[in-house]
Amino acid sequence: MTRPSTRDLEALARRTRLRIIDNSHRTHTPHLASCLSCVDILVAVYFATLHIDPRRPTDPDRDRFILSKGHGAPALFQILAARGFYPEADLESYGKDGGVFAEHPPTPGHLPGIEAATGSLGHGLPIGLGMALAGRIAGRHYNVVALLSDGECNEGSVWEAAMLAAAQKVERLAVVVDFNKWQATGRSQEVMALDPLADKWRAFGWSAVEVDGHDIGRLVELLSKVPNGSGRPVAIIAHTVKGKGVSFMEDDNNWHYRTPTADEVKKAAQELDLA
Amino acid sequence: MRNEFAATITALGAEDPRVVLLSGDIGNKLFDTFKEVADTRFFNCGVAEANMMGVAAGMALSGLRPVVYTITPFTTTRCLEQIRVDACYHEAPVVIVGTGSGLSYAELGPTHHSLEDMAILRSLPGMTVLAPCDATEVRLGLRAAIAHEGPVYMRIGKKGEPAIHTSPPDFRIGRSITVRSGTDVCLLNAGTMMPVTLAAADLLATKGLSVRVESFHTIKPLDTDLLVEAFAKYKIVGTVEEHSLIGGLYGAVAEWRSAHAGKGAELVGSGTGDAFMHEVGSQDYARARYGLTADEIAGRILARLGAA
Repeated sequence: MTRPSTRDLEALARRTRLRIIDNSHRTHTPHLASCLSCVDILVAVYFATLHIDPRRPTDPDRDRFILSKGHGAPALFQILAARGFYPEADLESYGKDGGVFAEHPPTPGHLPGIEAATGSLGHGLPIGLGMALAGRIAGRHYNVVALLSDGECNEGSVWEAAMLAAAQKVERLAVVVDFNKWQATGRSQEVMALDPLADKWRAFGWSAVEVDGHDIGRLVELLSKVPNGSGRPVAIIAHTVKGKGVSFMEDDNNWHYRTPTADEVKKAAQELDLA
Repeated sequence: MRNEFAATITALGAEDPRVVLLSGDIGNKLFDTFKEVADTRFFNCGVAEANMMGVAAGMALSGLRPVVYTITPFTTTRCLEQIRVDACYHEAPVVIVGTGSGLSYAELGPTHHSLEDMAILRSLPGMTVLAPCDATEVRLGLRAAIAHEGPVYMRIGKKGEPAIHTSPPDFRIGRSITVRSGTDVCLLNAGTMMPVTLAAADLLATKGLSVRVESFHTIKPLDTDLLVEAFAKYKIVGTVEEHSLIGGLYGAVAEWRSAHAGKGAELVGSGTGDAFMHEVGSQDYARARYGLTADEIAGRILARLGAA
């Protein structure tokens, strides 16, 4: 796949946002604002960074991506369809009894493109670390990228994994933290004193960098430099806005659980220039 | 058992490039030879068991056969959610080994006892639970676990347990091994209690009873063929385990019996009670405190026979 232009990726991100919003309205799927904050990261990962072939989703040499913040699955499901892992028409079964599309990723055997079933926070990075170590053992040169939420950084297992990854110098492992400053019921800084988050990752032995998490061009630039020559795993602290893209959802934590009305979907479409 | 585990994992590490050993900062020197034969496949994951289990699952999902090893409570209940989600939900072939299980580490107190692990792990979908009775069964059980397509939990003792098998038995997951034949009472033993179980059988023999003893090494899946036979043929089926009566071998057999057996043998369980031990002491002391001596096991069987 030739790498699309940043402008094309931004357009794709806007279309993806509207699909997620519309889906949330139709299927009453929550975590909408958490999904909107990581859309640009997912676009940068799936359309300009990962070495993957949707026709060969189990290729042993593929790069791996794990949505450790599993509640972002409604965004991931749209991205995987757009990337060609399954037809977009499959998403018509969203939220239906007996299907796979709901609130969290299913296990790998149940949907192409999924590397790990997540939903309980703090699991994706250890699993990703295991995959990265497996690659090293097998002499394969794939990267593993895990997307974490800032609330997820409350979990001790995240920091256990961070320490082992640093001790093992796993340079083909990258974490992106979707740092939208909120967790389910409060400001992430107030609940667990996350700041200074980038320094925390540095102190744990990672090569950490802060970035505007909605700047797709910059995200692609950073993600394309894994390993980055430091001999360390890479942490990208992506400053994001929860509910990004729709003015009345941005930085309003009510949209962690709320789902939009038909009228709100229309307004969102206008704001995204997709009316 | 611990030394046999180290010898077997070393042999497997040399034979099978998929075998990876993850240790939770224990086994100093125990795995030196493993590190020599498989230097890229040993990981001391530190005192961080939740991560260790997730790492193992990630390796298993990438085609490897990780074996996770540390003291039983820390490789089971400490990281239970990672076992449930990362290993079991993903049907990942992770082999979890708990060393010093039951009351092996009696002196260390209840933080290091494991009397609930089989009950808890047995309830997880897709999990296989093994409790070998001696070093030979550790060797054969570990090989069977590595060959199994799915997560396996194996609880082992510490070191110096007496050998039960004089020649290697036919060890198959879910297939009990007959250690001694008999016609009146059938004792099902899970794991490290076997020497005590055999002593209880000897005591019962002095009372004129013919006692069959089984190494019932697989708690899940149960050997239901053996259970059908035992409940049909014997007066008493007794279970013996260094584990709570809640949910272990006794619990599993009682569940099976209530669903499958009609009239048949009485079921008598010998296991630990629903209490932590607040005194410290040797393993023999701790077993006695929980009523797990040959005398008490035999006494329970005799009392039930008298009542029947």
